[in-house]
Amino acid sequence: MPITYYIFLAVIIFCIGVTGVLTRRNSIIVFMCIELMLNAVNLLLVAFSKLHHQRMLVLDAANVTAGTESQLFVFFIMVVAAAEVSVGLAIIVMMYRAVHSVDINFLNRLKN
Amino acid sequence: MNLIIFAGIMGVVMMFGGLLMKQKHQATLLATVLVLLLLAGNTWEMLHGPIFSIQAPHMLATSRFGLLINEILLAAGLLYLLVSGRDIEKVGNYVAEYYALIFFIFAGIGISTAYTNLLMLFLGIEIISIPLYILTGADKRNLKSIEAALKYFLMGSFSTGIMLMGIALIYGGTGSFLLEKFSLQGAPISYNLVAGLLLILVAMAFKVSAAPFHFWTPDVYDGAPTVFTSFMATIVKVAGFIAFIRLFEGASGIIAGKWQWVIAIIISLTLLIGNITAVFQQSVKRMLAYSSIAQAGFMMFALFSMNNWGREGIVLYAAAYCLATIGIFAVLTKMDDYTYQGFNGFARREPMLAVALAVMVLSLAGIPLTVGFFSKYYMVASAVAAGFGGKFLWLLVLAMLCAAVSVYYYFRVIQAMYFKEAEQPQSALPVSAGFRYLVAGAALVVVLLGILPQWLLQFLYF
Repeated sequence: MPITYYIFLAVIIFCIGVTGVLTRRNSIIVFMCIELMLNAVNLLLVAFSKLHHQRMLVLDAANVTAGTESQLFVFFIMVVAAAEVSVGLAIIVMMYRAVHSVDINFLNRLKN
Repeated sequence: MNLIIFAGIMGVVMMFGGLLMKQKHQATLLATVLVLLLLAGNTWEMLHGPIFSIQAPHMLATSRFGLLINEILLAAGLLYLLVSGRDIEKVGNYVAEYYALIFFIFAGIGISTAYTNLLMLFLGIEIISIPLYILTGADKRNLKSIEAALKYFLMGSFSTGIMLMGIALIYGGTGSFLLEKFSLQGAPISYNLVAGLLLILVAMAFKVSAAPFHFWTPDVYDGAPTVFTSFMATIVKVAGFIAFIRLFEGASGIIAGKWQWVIAIIISLTLLIGNITAVFQQSVKRMLAYSSIAQAGFMMFALFSMNNWGREGIVLYAAAYCLATIGIFAVLTKMDDYTYQGFNGFARREPMLAVALAVMVLSLAGIPLTVGFFSKYYMVASAVAAGFGGKFLWLLVLAMLCAAVSVYYYFRVIQAMYFKEAEQPQSALPVSAGFRYLVAGAALVVVLLGILPQWLLQFLYF
């Protein structure tokens, strides 16, 4: 399968994530959409890694490590996403304890 | 670069210290000593070279500029702990952990002032952001704090996602995460690269709260515990700007021309929205949130012109803005009433603090003889020196007009302090003499740097 398919898939998943963040009102679902965005980036990085690997191999057959740095990047994204999940879910739980709801609109009502 | 390691270690030390120490003020004392050590270590690195050298080729590189910014931010952090330590103790029960998070943020600052790789940019920004989400929600009993934390977290991680997409697209366009790779003159410009740079620009503008991505700032700054707002609005914001500038320092060559327009539009929107909305605020805390947006507009000038004046300007701006805002927030935290009326008759209540506060407010407004004047002057001069005086004259005029507008809302504080009487006579603030002398000392530094800005700038070169 051509690598461009993966790139388009990643872009589409990213756009779904962005739309979800902008339209949904349940903070858990908004949070899921953010994770979707991060994972779309992971997929895109892996696809680009393969792309650059193939491209560099044509230029220099001995350069077998070309394109590996973006696969390393994926691990860093996973680690940071895990740290973000732990903090984010704690904040959402804290909010649920206070107002018994995870609706974002509820918070906006409190402001006024 | 040693700041990164030491700050990380000290964060862990603080966390274990929290287990051993029973009294809250012991944690504050330990944190102050540790920040002092960090400051000494960074000074040593700046004057004599690193204490032990770390090889991180293609990832991190120390520069004079980065070290000087670290130095300023650590000094601001020391001032912050000295004047606001008592208030951090009042936020909650886990004081040592708050300090540990602050040290982790300093480690992130060390990364974001020294990175040469987009991976390190991402890590630095995230190490700064994640502890801040926790600090914003530190006051668990207060619904406003929870709301601010949730809003900051959702918006912050959304912008992280956008930044990552930008990084991935830049990688697709250039095949490398190195900053110097996309600054190569004459390199082919692909759509991937331009789209990636735009997405990173959006994400970074979000992190430094430049319009039109500023909408989270007032709510988050207002909702967070005031002590942590002070930290967020000064030290963290300046660090974000340094990361922003380092990112586009190399890239400005390939995208010159059209690029300036994007930045000019962001600057003008930031200045207009920040200043005009700040005029209508009744609460000083909220006014400071909008004023931080307005000041971000001036700091963006360093990105706009990308020359030596801009670098000197951002150094002065970091010092001016951190000193003044930390001082004002420190006094604000001690007040019961955050509105302008709360400051009525303040000069009679606290003559010394009123003078110090007036100097800081004057500095934020950019009145001569304070460092705030020179920081604004360098920013505008950088745009003129870069040759934008003709084409972007409207931007310079707008900046001047906005600075004039800002005088109005800053002077309302002075007016309330000196020319209005409180309805019922109030007693002095419940603060120690040391606090008064510290704030007055910070005001003195503001004036001294306003007379001798070269004293600070010389460290960029020698």
